[in-house]
Amino acid sequence: MSTYTEEIHHPGASIATFGKVWVMLLVLTGVEVLLAYEQVPTLIMLTALVGLSVIKAAMIIAYFMHLKFERLSLFLTLFPMLIFCIVLMLIFLGDAVRIPNMRPGL
Amino acid sequence: MSTQVTAATESLWSGGRSPYAVNSKKFGMWLFLISDSLTFAAMLFAYTYSRVTNPDWPKPFDFSPAIIFSTVMTFCLLSSSLTMVLAVNAMNHGDRKGTVKWLIATMIGGGAFVVLHMSEWLKLINVEHVTPFGNPWGVPLFGGTFFALTGLHMTHVIIGLIYLLVMVVAVGRGKFKAEDVEVAGLYWHFVDLVWMFIFPLVYLMSARVG
Repeated sequence: MSTYTEEIHHPGASIATFGKVWVMLLVLTGVEVLLAYEQVPTLIMLTALVGLSVIKAAMIIAYFMHLKFERLSLFLTLFPMLIFCIVLMLIFLGDAVRIPNMRPGL
Repeated sequence: MSTQVTAATESLWSGGRSPYAVNSKKFGMWLFLISDSLTFAAMLFAYTYSRVTNPDWPKPFDFSPAIIFSTVMTFCLLSSSLTMVLAVNAMNHGDRKGTVKWLIATMIGGGAFVVLHMSEWLKLINVEHVTPFGNPWGVPLFGGTFFALTGLHMTHVIIGLIYLLVMVVAVGRGKFKAEDVEVAGLYWHFVDLVWMFIFPLVYLMSARVG
């Protein structure tokens, strides 16, 4: 059985755009490192770091992995399921917060 | 009736062509990456869960040198993603020589990441006495989750380097098409993407300043 090899060409981003995305990713990484250096409160830091990471991941997926230039059907097939499964995992985090309070002497 | 049959035949979903307008190699890689994302998500979740349940979770990473070191590793990986994009771009323009050049640059970035990561592991093991089963701070889960997560990621990077080496040799010999380089690029960017979560959640959240 041969693989399906339809010749498909999509318009992509320019080299300048890739350069801008790379610079943005470096800047966001710098902001993350600065947050760690400033030792901001844990909850604020966790929220900010996860938020920045999601933005960086979205930029990599959209531009470097070319998903921005693919059909919407590809995105809709792959990503809602992934996000749903990850959110399902997060349900258990509430339990993790409860466990330290159950320790005797704390 | 005949009009309906024609319309059905022309539908994107009626078979005979890809409704996603991607070739099967690329679609296969996307499916693999989505399933791999779930593996990493589960491991990151396990790390976070263990951390939240342990109020005495250690902070073993000094800002200098450990965090600066891991920031340089992040820079290497991000830069290798840029060179990978340039390799795909060169191949799309039929420039095989340029593609080989950028692929080698990508391998240098990935190789630097692995070398830096290994030296950091060795420091943790030999100096801080952290192993997957124990550490001086009495929270063995730290070593277990840390080495499992970063070890799985480093395995992906090493596999990616072998994949890129195969691409360098094949493209240099005139084999493979632009879509093959693009599929390799998808894998490499994924490795970069996963590190964008490991770096802040594992390293920056456990940074020690002063």
